[in-house]
Amino acid sequence: MREALEGSQAIARAVALAKPDVVAAYPITPQTHIVENISKLVADGNLHTEFVSVESEFSAASVVLGAAAAGARAYTASASQGVMLMSEVMFNIAGLRVPLVMTIANRAVGGPLSIWNDQSDSMAVRDSGWIQLHCISNQEAVDTTLQAFRIAQETDLPVAVCMDGFVLTHTMEVIDLPDQETVDAFLPEFEFARALDPAAPKSMGTLVDPNYFPEVRHSHHAAMGKALAKIEEIDAEFEKVTGRASGGLLTVEGPKKAKVGIIGMGSVVGTMMAGREHYKKEIGDARIIKLRSYRPFPAKALRDAVKGLDKLVVIDRAISPGLGGVLGTEVSAVLSTLTKAPKVYNYALGLGGRDIPETTYRDLLQTIEDKDAPRFAVLDADLDKLPPEDR
Amino acid sequence: MPQGSDNSKRLSELRMKHGRPPASPSEPTAERTETLREAQPRFRGLESGHRACQGCGEALAARLVMESAGPDVMVANATGCLEVFTTPWPQSAWRVPWIHSLFENSAAVASGMESAMKAKGKNTKVLSFGGDGGTYDIGFQALSGMLERHHNVLYVTYDNEAYMNTGIQRSSSTPHAATTTTSPAGKERMGKRHLKKDLLSIIAAHHIPYAASASVAYPADLQRKVRYAMGVEGPTFLVIHSPCPLGWRHDSALTIEVARRAVQCGLFPLVELDRGALTNIMPIREPRPVSDYLELQGRFSHLFNKKDYRAQEELDHLQALADHNIEIYGLRGEGVDPVDTTGMSHVKRGGPLAGRN
Repeated sequence: MREALEGSQAIARAVALAKPDVVAAYPITPQTHIVENISKLVADGNLHTEFVSVESEFSAASVVLGAAAAGARAYTASASQGVMLMSEVMFNIAGLRVPLVMTIANRAVGGPLSIWNDQSDSMAVRDSGWIQLHCISNQEAVDTTLQAFRIAQETDLPVAVCMDGFVLTHTMEVIDLPDQETVDAFLPEFEFARALDPAAPKSMGTLVDPNYFPEVRHSHHAAMGKALAKIEEIDAEFEKVTGRASGGLLTVEGPKKAKVGIIGMGSVVGTMMAGREHYKKEIGDARIIKLRSYRPFPAKALRDAVKGLDKLVVIDRAISPGLGGVLGTEVSAVLSTLTKAPKVYNYALGLGGRDIPETTYRDLLQTIEDKDAPRFAVLDADLDKLPPEDR
Repeated sequence: MPQGSDNSKRLSELRMKHGRPPASPSEPTAERTETLREAQPRFRGLESGHRACQGCGEALAARLVMESAGPDVMVANATGCLEVFTTPWPQSAWRVPWIHSLFENSAAVASGMESAMKAKGKNTKVLSFGGDGGTYDIGFQALSGMLERHHNVLYVTYDNEAYMNTGIQRSSSTPHAATTTTSPAGKERMGKRHLKKDLLSIIAAHHIPYAASASVAYPADLQRKVRYAMGVEGPTFLVIHSPCPLGWRHDSALTIEVARRAVQCGLFPLVELDRGALTNIMPIREPRPVSDYLELQGRFSHLFNKKDYRAQEELDHLQALADHNIEIYGLRGEGVDPVDTTGMSHVKRGGPLAGRN
């Protein structure tokens, strides 16, 4: 059914369709709306779940860990400082291979305090071992949330669905929510083979010494590799039942003969697609690559996607001070095995919620026309605002 | 190992065997008369063969708790000695479902497990274990949250009064004047400068259905408290005084004696609280001087230096703390003592102490 919904509200409805047994969350803008909406669904009797209103993000992550380990479908949501507080538990959830789903409503990490959108939070837990899927619209976030529950239980890996805070979470969009029968047919009941059960006791999270630890990490890495195919397969199945795909690992838009490409994650990709429509006649037609699966990283699909490009702009919505862009660095590494790799220009944009208008498409293409264009820059930083020594 | 549909059958067999009838969530269990079988449980939830030190009070306490709790439980265990010595992969000493996540979240993980049981309509009781570091200090917030949200979880803290797993560092449960590796005695210091946190009073302030302290020196009392807590629907809390021969620096053979003297001098009162109100105490009719307890332990040896005037001051301070406990909990008891403890401090026991008072 098509309805005009705010992003957070749409996610709450999608989570309800997945019938979670346990939901735990702590208020932290902008994901707060999601759990507020879930609470309302519970209060109105439209969702039967154990809603645990915890005393911190740390406990939110711990509660869903315990719930999923005990065999329950579990969900949480967080953002920004909350993700940072959860991070120790997030590593633990993944390391114990506990399948559950969380929404990260992407937001900057302080200090100084910024409540606005960028992707520093999910980037900070990049190495936690979670699957990380990025969405460019609320429809995609709804669909990806439903897919995430299935990916989690088919891979024994936790899945983070990343959506840009405010830009998506607080934006009204017409959403096509699948009906309950469709979701039930797509998403089977939760099953976790290693679930805690008094009739067949298992010990989980034991002390693992150096004789076994590298094997634990190797198998986790291998499982992430196998998840690549699962993510595509489940997206394809979702398309079968709803007529709508979310873009597998990554999708490519634009002409095959394009010489310039732009890659990014999240809502900025939508902005680039719109910018392309506006400015392609004026400045040229670029290939837009929408990276959906950030972890596992689709190296092969990316190498295929850049074929024929001379230049590739990588947009980062986070920064690793002292290095530059993280996605940019990773893309460069992955493309380094190509004999004819495009030249990579890595730009951090929209840090701490600085608006990224459609004109950015034009500005990016203009910037890289210059043969002395920087290979990395915080492109929208206004240096005049800084004292001379900091420029 | 039974699998699939056999699970529920096996579980109900186990329940019957151990005196817990097939439970339903609505069934009140607290008022049920205890069977003789229940009073003599033999279920070994924590098996022997683990790697605890000789004379480990915590290992003993955990075994006693598991015996009384029975098979239809699952455990969330904080990081610490108990976790480390019971589960060196690929071995495990646990015969019940058991999970360790982190140092500071066992109460929150247990909250999640209990919520899962509720959602699934199961009645398996969730236990949450932590040491004093994981409870008094780093896991305190998660514990408070669990109690406030009224999860049906029995939280047990094995109190050995310092961070023993990391090498005997002071915690907020370390008693005043005790030496640890981060509160050593020296020219400027007489061990830990601060008081042992009165955790039970803080727990009591959550007005949970049941909170109690117990000691490995009194196993029957300890197990009765566990069984009572198991029958309560809602959050329950048990702190168990568990000597650590390595950290307290006493003879491994004296674990029980040390624990007993802590109770008998009033420094570790055994009490029970119902929604914050004191309902029961273990009376000590003739309290022993605290020095009887302290002298057995190397961590207090600096208090027995006759040449140091500060030593007597600290001994007096600790005696005053014990006297305060005796006063506020009424540990001398009233009326006739149900347990005849008269003269028990004068009984000469075997071992290295024979001949001493």
